Amino acid sequence: MAEEDGDHQPLRGSDPPDQVLDTVLETVLQFLTCRQDRNSASLVCQSWHRAEALTRSELFIGNCYAVSPARATARFPRVESIYIKGRPRFADFNLMPRNWGAHFRPWVSAMSRAYPWLEKVYLKRMSLTNDDLALLADSFRQFKELELVFCEGFGTKGLSEIASKCRQLRVLDLSDTEVIDDAMDWISSFPEGETPLESLTFDCVECEINFEALEGLVARSPSLKKLRLNRYVSIRQLYQLLIKAPQLTHLGTGSFSQSENIQHLDDNQDLDYHSAFAACKSLVCLSGFKEVMPEYLPSIYPVCANLTSLNFSYTNINPQQFRSVIVHCHKLQNLWLLDTVCDEGLQAVAASCKDLRELRVFPVHPDEDIEGPVSEVGLQAISEGCRKLQSILYFCQRMTNEAVIAMSRNCPDLVVFRLCIMGRHQPDHVTRKPMDEGFGAIVKNCRKLTRLAVSGLLTDKAFSYIGQYGKLVRTLSVAFAGDSDMGLRYVLEGCPRLQKLEIRDSPFGDEALWAGAHRYYNMRFLWMSSCRVSRLGCQEIARSMPHLVVELLRYEEEDAPFVEEDNNNFSVLYMYRSLEQTRNDAPESVTIL
Amino acid sequence: MAGDSRNGEAGANFFGFMQGNSRDWLMGSDGSSRNVTACSPEERKLELRLGPPGGEEFWSTKEHEKKISSRGRDEALASSSYFSHMVPAQTSNNSLNNMNTGQKFSTASTAKASAPNVSQKRTAPAPVVGWPPIRSSRKNLSSSSTSNLKPPPKSQDVVSNKISGEKPAESTGKGLFVKINMEGVPIGRKVDLKACNSYEKLASAVDELFRGLLAAQRHTSHSGKETKQEEEKPISGVLDGTGEYTLVYEDNEGDRILVGDVPWDMFVTTVKRLRVLKSSELSAANLGGNKQEKRSLESGPSSR
Repeated sequence: MAEEDGDHQPLRGSDPPDQVLDTVLETVLQFLTCRQDRNSASLVCQSWHRAEALTRSELFIGNCYAVSPARATARFPRVESIYIKGRPRFADFNLMPRNWGAHFRPWVSAMSRAYPWLEKVYLKRMSLTNDDLALLADSFRQFKELELVFCEGFGTKGLSEIASKCRQLRVLDLSDTEVIDDAMDWISSFPEGETPLESLTFDCVECEINFEALEGLVARSPSLKKLRLNRYVSIRQLYQLLIKAPQLTHLGTGSFSQSENIQHLDDNQDLDYHSAFAACKSLVCLSGFKEVMPEYLPSIYPVCANLTSLNFSYTNINPQQFRSVIVHCHKLQNLWLLDTVCDEGLQAVAASCKDLRELRVFPVHPDEDIEGPVSEVGLQAISEGCRKLQSILYFCQRMTNEAVIAMSRNCPDLVVFRLCIMGRHQPDHVTRKPMDEGFGAIVKNCRKLTRLAVSGLLTDKAFSYIGQYGKLVRTLSVAFAGDSDMGLRYVLEGCPRLQKLEIRDSPFGDEALWAGAHRYYNMRFLWMSSCRVSRLGCQEIARSMPHLVVELLRYEEEDAPFVEEDNNNFSVLYMYRSLEQTRNDAPESVTIL
Repeated sequence: MAGDSRNGEAGANFFGFMQGNSRDWLMGSDGSSRNVTACSPEERKLELRLGPPGGEEFWSTKEHEKKISSRGRDEALASSSYFSHMVPAQTSNNSLNNMNTGQKFSTASTAKASAPNVSQKRTAPAPVVGWPPIRSSRKNLSSSSTSNLKPPPKSQDVVSNKISGEKPAESTGKGLFVKINMEGVPIGRKVDLKACNSYEKLASAVDELFRGLLAAQRHTSHSGKETKQEEEKPISGVLDGTGEYTLVYEDNEGDRILVGDVPWDMFVTTVKRLRVLKSSELSAANLGGNKQEKRSLESGPSSR
């Protein structure tokens, strides 16, 4: 049940509002924080609907096109923090045109009028411009927190607006977000004097920053707990910051290597990095190491024992170097790695990190034709050592059903299981059988599973398992899998909680698409690219379901000559429920049926 | 966007088959065939085939027309193995299942045959857009660190690696970005050498990149006294020594050389980093290297 569906018309002829009841309701409903509970409450009756709407202070928009800013601000007049998601996830992999949409502009415009007291904005996969940030900075006097994840479209000029005008800014977090280099020294734009900054994350910003200004900023931000530096900060500079901010709880170390500037070579007196880290008694989360010089890794040993989260996913180190760090990390719950640590490194994790909840292993060579350094051996080891595992993302070149089955048995608490065997259609490399049984075991044995991503050679059987046993699965990602329409039908006719389904390059066609027609209003979205659905099939769906937006995206090669619009040609079907009319900000390559 | 690569034109072709008309599906989305290079007999022998009886010839020619890009990558093998799982949409479901089941296992075993031992490289299928699903920010990581699956070198070696083995200029399909720093300006920039095709263009790019920053620097250093708006003076004369600043570059051996001596194309292949230095502080001694055509400065006995 989504908030956007709860927008019912008020009952006609009902009693006039009871003031006392409404006041009581509002007072009580204030304490409801979970949005699913709030959605339920809003459906009870007209009074509850109204009271809930007046007391909702956190607004979650799962799809920015499912509801318009006007409608959202009209229903919820007292919002203090807003969370908006834009593009679907496959857009991250260049499967969508750059200018597809998900613009922040209409939202910030509407909110600047409706929510002058707005404090927090969290955006995921949205496009925003410098002007949008300027408008944000100008409109909200109490603005405190800005978090941008997988966003793009703005530059350091926009950051400068935020830094200089949002005097109450506590959180400025940019994660995996592209920032254009506008040649603006945004760090210097923070005002003089003490700042209330608690969190500053800019590890993804690919431009140099004014280090002196940063030093000054850190020195005058006594509440700063989270600082994540980009790779233009050298280890010497990191040292200068650490000694000024030993109270940090979350640190992104930047490059963790010496500056490339040759002149600095003369300062070959190594600083006491070890002590600097030892002084950070509260450090629990470490990331960065973007250009790590492994000989400096021992400096982090003093904090390892307290670490609950370690992100080495940009860190190219070998198993031995990794082992000497991980043996100290007994409290670790979140671990992100590069596969350069090999199966050996994963065995070391299994031995040391008994409390591990989340593991992500990324490939240093995301190709399909090499012998990978991690395999079923690593997965098996993790399953045996880390029994409390809840979430795993594992990229590899080869895998076996046996290891996946073992994980399904050893880690019953799994909520997220994402296995990416990078070679397309790769079977179990020992038995040469499809990976059906492995993924089948996962859905059968992991009763709490809500998110699943499959890969390797898979027949329709795998999907029959998923449809039958995936009772709680909300998100399913499929690529290069299945034999026929039955595969998709199994899923659409099973999986009662399915919300987000993303499929690419699989042989599912119109028949299967139709099989799910009864569900699409209850789903966030369906993505199908390079499958077998036809324009006709999509049109039928669009015609019969007026509140479903059916978008057909054409894949455009940059160098190809412009092709006259061919009505049958599209690469991506992206459809989602919406209360609104067709959007008017779609580019040429998008056809909305 | 740096690092953002479309993995091969073949990817575009995969998106072509979206409708029921099999002919269109095979021929490609716009009905035209892409650039064609003839397929050698060896390649033809190696390709995996799927087709209705008697339909082999049709498959081999049509597929090759569609699949072989002008870059001449050997996509035949890949496309065939891929298509063995996909059958023209107009075939009925039953035969679809049969064909797929039959062919799939043979493909699997063929795949095995082509890579019998785990230690052998298996033949790579043509790259496809967006696969594996890794964001571009996570790509090209192996070049950003000195150690790569080897035991750590002694610290001395590592340090010297950092000098001479400086991270190469980022090269994407569309641009060649090189770092450029200006003396006195705390913020470095990046310049796209592919977008400049001559030294003149590079010089004007320098002006574009740093004029504003330099003016801001001057303004802050004269704060309070001067006019409110520091006039932005263009930065000129960086190539001929007449300006306040001079353009210098570092090559792959770490030497610093005046920009402008070698032909542009040669410059682009050897330049690793650019610096804009104050002309007054330049002397022959600061510049190293054994380039033959290094411009000789009139003044300056070597003092180092």
